[in-house]
Amino acid sequence: MRPEEGTMQSRARAIQALLELIPGDVPVIICNGFPSREAFKLVDRPTHFYMMGSMGMAAAIGLGVALAKPAKKVVVLDGDGNVLMGLGTLGTVGALKPKNFIHVVLDNEVYGSSGNQPSYARVVRLDQVAKAAGYAHVERVREREDLVYEFKDLLGKDGPGFLLVKVSEQAEDVGWVSLEPSQITQRFRKAIE
Amino acid sequence: MIESEAFVQALEDIGFDFFTGVPDVLLAGVIETLLTRRLYTPAVREDEAVAMAAGAYLGGRVPAVLMSNAGLGTSLNTLLSLNLLYRHPCLLIVAWRGFEGHDAPEHRSMGQVMTPLLDTVRIPHRTLSDATALDDFNWVAQTFMKTRIPVALLLKPGVVRGIQP
Ligand SMILES: Cc1ncc(C[n+]2csc(CCOP(=O)(O)OP(=O)(O)O)c2C)c(N)n1
Ligand SMILES: [Mg+2]
Repeated sequence: MRPEEGTMQSRARAIQALLELIPGDVPVIICNGFPSREAFKLVDRPTHFYMMGSMGMAAAIGLGVALAKPAKKVVVLDGDGNVLMGLGTLGTVGALKPKNFIHVVLDNEVYGSSGNQPSYARVVRLDQVAKAAGYAHVERVREREDLVYEFKDLLGKDGPGFLLVKVSEQAEDVGWVSLEPSQITQRFRKAIE
Repeated sequence: MIESEAFVQALEDIGFDFFTGVPDVLLAGVIETLLTRRLYTPAVREDEAVAMAAGAYLGGRVPAVLMSNAGLGTSLNTLLSLNLLYRHPCLLIVAWRGFEGHDAPEHRSMGQVMTPLLDTVRIPHRTLSDATALDDFNWVAQTFMKTRIPVALLLKPGVVRGIQP
């Protein structure tokens, strides 16, 4: 456990704050493991794409949506382990610079969904990687008020935006995402038509 | 030999309007044509390309992914746990490196196991040839729309004009 762990907000609290700020017509792609499962339990909307497999690919899926729907903001809720696995996508986003793309990383510095094994996010500054890759706006926050302020700010700006949110290792008691994957696809496509 | 222009036109006629991928020397001509037509968004890995294509499909586009068969290995988990699971169709245009063993050593294994691998993971595939090109493209159009899963069109050396290895 990190020294500051006790005073940090949990991933679920951060997701809740973000989902409260995201308008109902904005597509949200959520990475696999606890982030999807916690988001599903907090609020389920047809504009949510709960990624169950394909670890590391949430940002790439979001990028595809953003390129197909340039007039819509697209939000990706990612994990540090996921980002490290698909690190090349930071380069693709930085190079293509989609204005409507917002990448939020819920960074607990562990592979939380598989048993809290430490990730290299402890030493690798993912926000600096995003900056070097060419994201237009990059912020790093810890406190809930800062999260709310910076995310609102990113929603109103031309992207791509990157928000690293430091969260605790705490996980909620949540079940699986109890939707048929093909149904997630159908309703998502319809909701963002 | 099929010209890259004709190849790309046939795909556009079917309705494909989002192209991504990672280059292979066999695909150089096709990618050049796609770039000239401003249709191609480069990816850095094939699994990323497959996931971008899935996102584009979620956003209403009809996607195709260009890759070497080495990239099929890279993208296997994404194909299985994203495209097949969620029913995200895309056309995989796969360069058949290591075809009949006449290629650099690194392509030997995948060249041999590619079609059994596609069969095992139940991705329908067809090998493009000059003589059957029309049928091949019809097959792509029909299978793609019907199954809502990835389908693969395999490109052997010398079938579509490009730089040969
Ligand atoms: C390719 C692949 N490797 C490993 C796993 C197992 N796995 C599922 S979620 C996860 C951890 C994800 O970590 P992170 O993105 O940091 O999210 P967290 O759970 O910490 O919120 C792992 C290792 C998997 N599903 N797929
Ligand atoms: Mg994590």
